[in-house]
Amino acid sequence: MALLEIENLTVEFETAAGTLRAVDGISLCVEEGEVLAIVGESGSGKSVSMLAVMGLLPWTATVKADRMAFQGRDMLNLEPAERRKIIGKDISMIFQEPIASLNPCFTVGFQIQETLRQHTDLDRAARRRRAIELLEAVGIPDPQERLGSFPHQMSGGQCQRVMIAIALACDPKLLIADEPTTALDVTIQKQILDLLMDLQARTGMGMILITHDMGVVAETADRVVVQYKGRKMEEADVLSLFERPQHPYTKALLAALPENAVGDRLPTVADFSLDDTPYTGARP
Amino acid sequence: MATTNTKETSAVSLEDGAAIAVTRRERLAEFWYYFSQNRGAVIGLAVFVVIVAIAVLAPLIAPHSPSLQNRDALLLPPVWQEGGRWSFVLGTDAVGRDILSRLIYGARFSLFIGLVVVSLAVSVGIVIGLVAGYFRGAIDTVVMRMMDIILAFPSLLLALVLVAILGPGLVNAMIAIALVQQPHYVRLTRAAVMAEKGRDYVTAARVAGAGNIRLMFKTILPNCTAPLIVQAALSFSAAILDAAALGFLGMGAQPPTPEWGTMLAEAREFILRAWWVVTFPGLAILITVLAINLMGDGLRDALDPKLKRS
Amino acid sequence: MSEIVLETRNLVRDYVIGGGLFRPSRVIHAVKGVSLKLEKGKTLAIVGESGCGKSTLARMITMIDAPTAGELLIDGEQIDIARKTLTPEQRRKVQIVFQNPYGSLNPRQKIGDVLMEPLIINSDLPAAERRDRAFSMLLKVGLRPEHFNRYPHMFSGGQRQRIAIARALMLNPRLLVLDEPVSALDLSVQAQVLNLLADLQDEFGLTYVFISHDLSVVRYIADEVMVMYFGEAVEYGTREEVFSNPQHEYTRTLFAATPRADVESIRRRLARKAA
Repeated sequence: MALLEIENLTVEFETAAGTLRAVDGISLCVEEGEVLAIVGESGSGKSVSMLAVMGLLPWTATVKADRMAFQGRDMLNLEPAERRKIIGKDISMIFQEPIASLNPCFTVGFQIQETLRQHTDLDRAARRRRAIELLEAVGIPDPQERLGSFPHQMSGGQCQRVMIAIALACDPKLLIADEPTTALDVTIQKQILDLLMDLQARTGMGMILITHDMGVVAETADRVVVQYKGRKMEEADVLSLFERPQHPYTKALLAALPENAVGDRLPTVADFSLDDTPYTGARP
Repeated sequence: MATTNTKETSAVSLEDGAAIAVTRRERLAEFWYYFSQNRGAVIGLAVFVVIVAIAVLAPLIAPHSPSLQNRDALLLPPVWQEGGRWSFVLGTDAVGRDILSRLIYGARFSLFIGLVVVSLAVSVGIVIGLVAGYFRGAIDTVVMRMMDIILAFPSLLLALVLVAILGPGLVNAMIAIALVQQPHYVRLTRAAVMAEKGRDYVTAARVAGAGNIRLMFKTILPNCTAPLIVQAALSFSAAILDAAALGFLGMGAQPPTPEWGTMLAEAREFILRAWWVVTFPGLAILITVLAINLMGDGLRDALDPKLKRS
Repeated sequence: MSEIVLETRNLVRDYVIGGGLFRPSRVIHAVKGVSLKLEKGKTLAIVGESGCGKSTLARMITMIDAPTAGELLIDGEQIDIARKTLTPEQRRKVQIVFQNPYGSLNPRQKIGDVLMEPLIINSDLPAAERRDRAFSMLLKVGLRPEHFNRYPHMFSGGQRQRIAIARALMLNPRLLVLDEPVSALDLSVQAQVLNLLADLQDEFGLTYVFISHDLSVVRYIADEVMVMYFGEAVEYGTREEVFSNPQHEYTRTLFAATPRADVESIRRRLARKAA
């Protein structure tokens, strides 16, 4: 049984300019212990579909799907209270802006223990021990000391480590990472990706990695879904995607990588004769 | 996300450029289009225009002289109440003056006070705030401490002291009130300027060679207007009421002058016996302020390019 | 030998931080003595991570901030904005394009006005002439005539970056400082903008200082590469030298950390994972 199954997911937003379809019939599934990368450019609906799974979309959004199941349990018609028991415990998420994702008013230790209090029945001392354990696991030096630190006293990379610690607090079955390294420097990105891959291999959790960076995909994913304007363009395992991209859009994306440049002009997506509807008006 | 291809668009001839210049009239039409999208703003504008018209045409509309005292009709109720008379539609006050006529004439003074005070406070406040926020450093510290001192005084007390120094009278009262109100604008402008100043487009204008004055007034200021418009609309009512308070203390508009705030202040003692003496001036102020606030909202939205569609 | 457009000698920039009532002020050395020379028509890429001083260096080269010490020469002419105000002629020579296309355009200025503003400030061309120039520049960067009267928020990131480039070129600069011009853009749009920059460089004989943290872009666009680390230029040479034989430890770390998107490294990774 797949960990997460989504069939024909559609998300629409009501905006002043009419209905906007952000996700258009996406189907995907994640197996246990698998790293699935969702690649796409801005506006491809890659984050929105995952937020829909988490139930984190604003009220203007309409979510429709033939099936959306986590470990065989239907997620579509779940009571909010039931959903909250799963979200944050069995499915957790980390975001792009590590510093903004942490509450600046509370210490790091408090924020980790808060999650533990919500989802486990550990007592105070046990929660503290677990928090230290988690910080150690994500590679933060002096975890005992660091429990009392505030987010602004840490660097972006360290904040992302804390976010990962919070996400891992309840041993999730599925971790959704939404552009986890986009705001970070390359050397830090490498450390964070290594950490994520290491934790994933150790815990055997499933992981969905949302990114726009082909390099990150190549370094992490088992399987890849390429999305464009809310639709799935291609799905393949990572090696065949890079070796033999099938869809013109995937080919265009790979060709547009500067390191793959042949000659002194970069091919652009338009060169691959994709229907590219012109940009009209402001985005919602 | 779609961007155009260089090759095909350069084929478009330069002649289209001639049609691209926008006349002032078109700009006005565009402004009106976006302003009229906001129904509240249009209603506000309509009400405001009516009030202005009443003020201008006061001698033609008013049934009585505003200061004529009818000794046979003291504290007469409005016409729909028992004892009301058709010749005094909204009743009379304690010395027998027709309230409707006083309200109509009062519109002149009150609008005048509101407009003068707000525009004085806004223009001075914006300039000081711009300078403080743009140059920072010692100028900023000195200016802001001065504003803090002004804000620390109870506003009416300070206005009183100022009027006492300048001498009583409507004009001096307006200057005093403007001075008391202007720190709010300074603070608002300064905060907005400081936020905008660090943005890249300001640096880009500087790299293009723009001097300080141009950067302050042409580049930064237009992006700081939203909070200022709201504050200006709100403080219109404060200006009228402050002027009334000064008038009440004998430092502003002097008693026979039919000014809304003064009318309100004079009528306080009758609030239980004759509700109409207090209610109508209050309603007049309320309606005017509401109209101006609605208009201000519409103005802010119509001036914000982000809300425009291509 | 061709002409040197940009030269810096031991450029230093310090920031004084804090200095409250009870705290002594601290001095941060953002740029510690950077020297470089750049020929006309070449592209120098400055690489480094956030906080390494590359943007500070860019601001000094663009004559926005004055250096604390050292010399800056544009076209062989010594520039010192701390002591002497710039002439319009000097100002015109160096222009900049910023990273964030959403912050670099005045939201209340129509595109046409954005492009004409540099001319209004720096020249006394008649209005019609100004408009013609702005208009042809708009077309040159790949936008359409009807964009002239639109506001910035109606454009996508890539289009805005084209507008920013057009604005920078309005004054016919010698040197264009590009401060991470493509790092906020999508991959396909990034390719378009990089192509545009290459075309413009050929057409106008422009010299670029290209600031970036993305090594693959740098490798594609640069003639010379400088790697900065904590305010110092730890590596400086031609692209081939730097990429094939990095001297400094940090440069090697940087190269190793850059994700590789080629089939070979994916194979290697999968093999490692299977083992």
